Formats: sequence, C-alpha cells, structure tokens
Amino acid sequence: MTNDILDILEKSDKHLSNEQIAQMIGSTEDEVAKIIKGLEKSNTIVGYKTMINWEKTDKELVTSIIELKISPQRGEGFDKVAEKIYKYSQVKSLFLMSGSYDLCVIIEGQSMKDVALFVASKLAPMDNVLSTATSFVLKKYKEDGMVFYNNEEDSRQVITL
Amino acid sequence: MINYEKILTDKIQQIPPSGIRKFFDVAATMKDVISLGVGEPDFVTPWAIREAGIYSLEKGRTYYTANAGLLELREEICNYTGRKYGVEYDARTEALVTVGGSEAIDLMIRCVINSGDEVLVPEPSFVCYKPCTYMAGGVPVPIETKEEDNFRLLPEQLREHITDKTKLLILPFPNNPTGGVMSRKDLEAIAEVLRGTDIMVLSDEIYGELRYDSEGHTPFSAIDGMRERTVVVNGFSKTFAMTGWRLGYALGPAPIIKAMTKLHQYGIMSSPTTSQFAAIEALRSCDKDVENMCREYNYRRRYIVDGFRSMGLSCFEPLGAFYVFPCIKSLGMTSEEFAEKLLQEEKVAVVPGNAFGESGEGFIRCSYAYSVENIEEALTRIARFVERYKK
Repeated sequence: MTNDILDILEKSDKHLSNEQIAQMIGSTEDEVAKIIKGLEKSNTIVGYKTMINWEKTDKELVTSIIELKISPQRGEGFDKVAEKIYKYSQVKSLFLMSGSYDLCVIIEGQSMKDVALFVASKLAPMDNVLSTATSFVLKKYKEDGMVFYNNEEDSRQVITL
Repeated sequence: MINYEKILTDKIQQIPPSGIRKFFDVAATMKDVISLGVGEPDFVTPWAIREAGIYSLEKGRTYYTANAGLLELREEICNYTGRKYGVEYDARTEALVTVGGSEAIDLMIRCVINSGDEVLVPEPSFVCYKPCTYMAGGVPVPIETKEEDNFRLLPEQLREHITDKTKLLILPFPNNPTGGVMSRKDLEAIAEVLRGTDIMVLSDEIYGELRYDSEGHTPFSAIDGMRERTVVVNGFSKTFAMTGWRLGYALGPAPIIKAMTKLHQYGIMSSPTTSQFAAIEALRSCDKDVENMCREYNYRRRYIVDGFRSMGLSCFEPLGAFYVFPCIKSLGMTSEEFAEKLLQEEKVAVVPGNAFGESGEGFIRCSYAYSVENIEEALTRIARFVERYKK
C-alpha cells in the first residue's frame, strides 16, 4: 500500500487529496493520511515540488552541469566535501558518480557569468577539488519524467466500442 | 435508377442498424466534450515497440509476410502464451496473426457456422459477435448475464440454452462492457457442461492481461479437455496500447486454424508487416510496460467505482478490462435517454448499455482509460446530473 501511495504521488500531475488517493488504492482517508505522515517523517517523501518551464516566463535562468574531480578525505570519503557544496543555495542537485569524475553538480544562476563566477570563486578553490568542467544546458526537453514541450491532445474518437 | 435494396444482400440488410448510431454521430461532432466513451487505452504504444516498427520501415521491410504471419512472431506469441499461462501451441500449425482480434472472431465464426447453426452469445458483450453470426448464416442466441451474478456466465444458463443446433459458444471475458471476469472455477463449471458435446468455443480474451484480482487470467484452453474445442482470440491493441496497429491473433486446433488461414489468405493476404515486427518487440521486452499500465488502470478503476457509488448508483466492481458499468435504472430513464441528456446538459460522453445487447439496458459503459483529472471532472459533472434527476 505504501508503494502504491508513493507511486501515485510521484506520477500525478496535480495535487490529489488523501480521499482521492484512498479511493484509488482501496483504503481510507485516515489510513492514507497516517501513512503519508509517516513517510514525510522518515524523509521517504522528501518534499513536494512544482515543475516549471521557466523558459515560458520572463525570468532569466541558466542551468549548468559541473563535473568535479575530488580527492576524498580520510575517514569522510566524499560526504564532507559534498556537504560543503550542497549547502550553497545555487546548487540544485548533487550526485556522487561512478566513472571519470566524482561529483555532478547542477547549478542554476541568472546568467552564464553568474554561474562561471560561482564555479571560479566557490567550487574551484575548495580543498580537495582537483578539477572542474562546466557545461551549460541549452534546452530542457524532459526533466524528472516530465516532457517540457508536449502539446499533444487526446486525438482518440469520442466514442469507440 | 438502381434499387440498392435489391443490390445489397439479404444478409447484410438483415443486420439491424445500430440504434444508437445517431447518438454517436452527435457526440463525435460536439465540442469540448469530456469523454468516457472510448474502448482503447489512453497510453501511447511504448516507445520500444514504436521504435521497432520504425526500424522495420528503415530496413525496407515493406513486403507481405507469410499468410499466417511472420513465423518469428507466431513463435513469440506461442512462447508468451506458454510462459504466461502454461498453454503450449505449435507456432507453425496452431497460430494465426490477424488484423485485430475482430478479424479472428469473424474468421472463426465463418469457418465453423453453417446456415441455421446456433451461436450462444453472453450479453452484454462486444458488438461484433451477432453481425458476424448473421453474415455466416447462423442464428445468434443471446444469454443474459446479470449484475447479481457479477456478469458471469453460469453453467445452468448455458445448459438451458443448448439445443441440438448449438455449434459455438462465445466466451467474452474479461468482458467489454461490464468488466466481468470468469475465474478458473467458473470456467471449470462451463467446461463441465461442454464436455461430451461437440460445441466449439470462441474465447475472446483480448482483455486477458488487464485483470485486477490476484487470481489473474486463465485462458479457456487451459481448462482440462477444452483445448481441442477452443479458439483463443487475443491481440496487441489493449495489452500493449496498440489499437491503431491493427494486430491480433488466434490460437487453436490445427484444422480450424488452417481453415481460418485459408479465409484470411483470400481476404487479407497477410497482416500489416510493420505492425508484426513491432509486435515481436512488444512480446519480447514489454512485460514491465504492461504491468505499469495495468497498475495505473487499477488506481483509476477503484477511483471511478467509488465515484459512481458515492452518487448512490449501484456499480458492479469490475475485475477486468477498463470499463465500469454502473446501473442507472434508479433514475427512471433508459440508457439512451441518460446518455443523450448527459451529453447535452453536461457535455460528458458515455456509451448507453443497450449498445451491447438488450440486457445492457439500464446501464451505461464508462471507460477509465483516461487521466485521473479527466475522470474527476467527468464524475463531478455526472454527479451533478444524477443529483438533478434523482427521484
């Protein structure tokens, strides 16, 4: 039941009430509320977000992906460095990677200069950071399972048997 | 001046025109209609399948295939049926790839029905069994399945309708429009009635993969002794969201499949090649997609059943397909009146239950192959409508 709730919450495009979720999984509103509360408490549900295509607004926003190579700290591995990085509000996502680099940092800034400055003044000089490689996102097609440019309407017939 | 009534055959004229055609035409032209009226998935065919179709075109595979379908596809179909249900078929002699499940239904009926033979058709059910029977010269004999029996076909009902002319039984489960299913036990009971007779069975299992109870689907041919009398019809439309690809198949005893292939060869030649290549991919790699779609339908199924019940309507809990079949008798309208008024007043399209046989009168078919938001809006409007006419 817990997995069903998570599945529904993750995939639904709009906010569903606990009552609606309860109907969908054959449970009660109270039970669903209790489970969701538990999931929030345990940080299984980390948060609720709205997906926005900022390109449709007049807000200037630049997203970049920065590949960092790090020398891990004794006894701490990568976690300590990672913590120092994700505390910056500009850092949207941070992943520890396998492969040719260690940390993948996704940054949002107002301009390329903004982002470049952040890398040059904050990330690059950090102890343990061996190198940085910055790439800018030119266009978002799909993020977190949501397609950004999808205007397809339901083209099915109104009635078919 | 040609008198077309004299040109057209007696048989085609004998087929009663669909009484609700007018309603459908109105619904099709109305703007801003919220529809719960379709009989197909809202999912797009999984990309892996579409890609396989595109690839086959890139490779220039634009030729006819063998009449019975690509052997590779038939083998995959037989593997799938063996792996999922434990029923083994020989790809070379016991499988035929058709243009949708409906072609397979037409072929089977035409291959076994002589003039005057009776065909038992549980109703409410899909609309093609009767016309196909008429065209083959047979006599359709409806058997009314009832809400209180969970829209199942009961063995005693079957026994009552069997005469010495009975040639074929249609088993349309999971059922469109009711969503009713037959458990293995129910099928065993039907098999018990058929044992010792020569009655053949056309088991239309197009919704077989869309089951929401833990038991899951059992093909009728899996029941002891039924394989020799059963043609199982299935297809890709509902399971893999491939309606537009027009691809189905029939599995059955070699002599019947051989005859059906003969007819298919003259009428169709071979099923669409691109679709066949895509279907191979569907059977090989899309179990997970089917599972996800099924889970999604299940959420909506519970949601919509709950929605109708909270309006005070009696709504049978469907365990298969993607339809609910709520009863609207308490409003004192016919199915058609309900559907027409609902369309005019609230702009919601549903299908009157009598489209699926007389026994569907008093019910409406609503599909839940729509997004939750769409269903939510439709339910709000229907609830308003029901409230207005409640007695």
